[in-house]
Amino acid sequence: MEVLKIATAGSVDDGKSTLIGRLLYDTKSMTDDKLEAIERTSKQKGYDYLDFSLATDGLVAEREQGITIDVAHIYFSTPSKSYIIADTPGHVEYTRNMVTGASTSQASIILIDARKGVIEQTHRHFFINNLLRIKDVIVAINKMDLVDFSEETYNTIKADFQELMKKRDYQDQNITFIPVSALKGDNVVNRSGNTPWYNGQTLLEHLEELDQKDIYNTGTPRFPVQYVIRPKTEDFHDFRGFAGKVYGGELNVGDEVVVLPSMTKSRIKDIYFYNKQYKTAPRRSSVTITLEDEVNVSRGDMLVKVGDLPTIDKQLTATVSWMDSASFTPGGKYVLQHGVNKVLAKVDAIEHKIHPDYSGIEENVSSLQMNDIAKVRLRLNKPIFYDKFKEHRTNGSFIIIDSRTNNTAGVGFIE
Amino acid sequence: MNGVDRPSANALEHEAIYIMREVAAQFEKPVLLFSGGKDSITLVRLAQKAFWPAKIPFPLMHIDTGHNFPETIEFRDRLVEELGVELIVRNVQDSIDEGKVVEETGKYASRNMLQTTTLLDAIEEFKFDACIGGARRDEEKARAKERIFSVRDDFGQWDEKNQRPELFDMLNGQIEMGQNVRVFPISNWTELDVWSYIQKENIEIPSIYFAHKRKTFLRDGLIWSAEDEVVFRAEDEKVEERMVRFRTVGDMSCTAAVESHADTIDKVVAEIRNSRISERGARIDDKRSEAAMEKRKQQGYF
Ligand SMILES: Nc1nc2c(ncn2[C@@H]2O[C@H](COP(=O)(O)OP(=O)(O)O)[C@@H](O)[C@H]2O)c(=O)[nH]1
Repeated sequence: MEVLKIATAGSVDDGKSTLIGRLLYDTKSMTDDKLEAIERTSKQKGYDYLDFSLATDGLVAEREQGITIDVAHIYFSTPSKSYIIADTPGHVEYTRNMVTGASTSQASIILIDARKGVIEQTHRHFFINNLLRIKDVIVAINKMDLVDFSEETYNTIKADFQELMKKRDYQDQNITFIPVSALKGDNVVNRSGNTPWYNGQTLLEHLEELDQKDIYNTGTPRFPVQYVIRPKTEDFHDFRGFAGKVYGGELNVGDEVVVLPSMTKSRIKDIYFYNKQYKTAPRRSSVTITLEDEVNVSRGDMLVKVGDLPTIDKQLTATVSWMDSASFTPGGKYVLQHGVNKVLAKVDAIEHKIHPDYSGIEENVSSLQMNDIAKVRLRLNKPIFYDKFKEHRTNGSFIIIDSRTNNTAGVGFIE
Repeated sequence: MNGVDRPSANALEHEAIYIMREVAAQFEKPVLLFSGGKDSITLVRLAQKAFWPAKIPFPLMHIDTGHNFPETIEFRDRLVEELGVELIVRNVQDSIDEGKVVEETGKYASRNMLQTTTLLDAIEEFKFDACIGGARRDEEKARAKERIFSVRDDFGQWDEKNQRPELFDMLNGQIEMGQNVRVFPISNWTELDVWSYIQKENIEIPSIYFAHKRKTFLRDGLIWSAEDEVVFRAEDEKVEERMVRFRTVGDMSCTAAVESHADTIDKVVAEIRNSRISERGARIDDKRSEAAMEKRKQQGYF
């Protein structure tokens, strides 16, 4: 079954939790025991409607604070697709969580409260969706019931958002506007009789129609080797399989490949998935590849097609989103993990900080704090084999690990 | 070549295999926690796929509550034999006998909580640095935030406020001495995904997952097995024979059955598809308190 991961963004109280609860409820994905719990709690709180937001608000600590503080995953499915929603909070200080949720998503929903319209937060949400190059973005204009389902309000908000879209760097993004009421259910799963002026799809209809080509940017195939399989059994005495996941494009038996960094050429002999052989290893499949020649390959090496080399370099410029409480400073030393490959990295310079609300850049910054986004230059102890993030979402990104704490301290998008 | 050009496009399966391989590559002493339930059986199949034609490069470990359905133990031993992998068993009973934990008493007594101590001791004994488990984020709200690589401190504790962000496919398994990582390759699967996979792959599972006749009694609206001594039953709780199956196979004393006529995998999948009760709805210890799972996790439970 097809799986679609969706990130959500909205400010506190825009109705994100309610929208997710509504999706679960109207797709009949909410189980009776969960629904009962919601009915019970809604009654206890004295509400005269069902508080669907209770379907997502997880941890005890959060319930005390009354907000969602991290990335939570919610699951629901229709007969044609499995959906995973990465619910990320709307607070300014949680840029980090939004970036995290967006990194694994193929689509995203930006929520706007129809009474408030496009606000500074919306700029940030859109900025991050753009930075992460999410292909399909849905702008859900929520709480339409509170503005009498006014077409004019909807159009004003849409026009404001289109103004914001002029600032975007990633032009290829598909953006859809939908007027909804999460609380009442208008245009979420079912078409609303309250918006006769709206001819578009409901939120779910839109998601159901998204197809692989709408959500993945195609690129060139990259095969980072995760693990070398050498069974050393009688039946497979000479078997040397390179296990990994294919990114960007597909690989085929017979393809001429180059092994990086040794630059050795060979040809793909067999493609295995478990105990069967296939002609093609599609994008995002976890396969095992054998080569025609005996080539020395180890974890962190990469197979690419001849004539299709990535950049091989020890220096790079990247946009970094910093996620750690310890600051990022020039001269600082880190471990850089690029796919499954780890190298040491030194910060050469912070070129400038980027305000994630499109309000410009800031030069002469001495360090980065949690939730900062900046353009930086890094020097590595060994070359890595990368593409620009623009051209390859997987091979153009890396994480930064603080070797003192082992924490994942930041993520980078290579220029 | 077998007529089909490309492997099936089950994104969840490819993701889980990727995670298995990251574990084998990033850790020195991983172990797969095996309970005999459908989730851990699924993990075993995924591990087989990840490393074929080599054997699974880590042992399986069963933390035995002593309250297992006999069918699960038979099943476990047969599977391990077939795979040719090492099986480690550590018993909750031993932790009780050594006085490390005290058996719960009363109507809702179970050994689920006690497993934690036995597990942590076993991790210490074997110096495991990664434990692969079959937990899924859809099981419970407190699990919804669990990472794929979830770092635990020396005391097995989970600090939900201080978890590493996981970006794209990149998994950071760097840890300090004494720390270990719980790994959840099927994090993103739902109960239905697991059942559909078992169906498609034709994976054998213990018979108690299928509808069968069993002596049972009712309590708190749930159906309990009356055939097994470890399940507490009060005098006035009437025993009746019912067609039932189990949706999870944890500690027998706290795993309720559901009424069902689904005696084949196809029927089970169809039933789950239409089911309106989550699988944990039938596990009494989660009902004790809404925050039960979260508290247990902070104490090192899976
Ligand atoms: N009238 C109306 N209220 C809504 C709608 N969506 C959400 N709300 C209410 O707005 C408040 C905040 O919603 P919630 O889902 O908790 O927001 P979150 O902070 O974005 O998750 C709650 O009281 C909801 O009942 C809507 O479409 N119409």
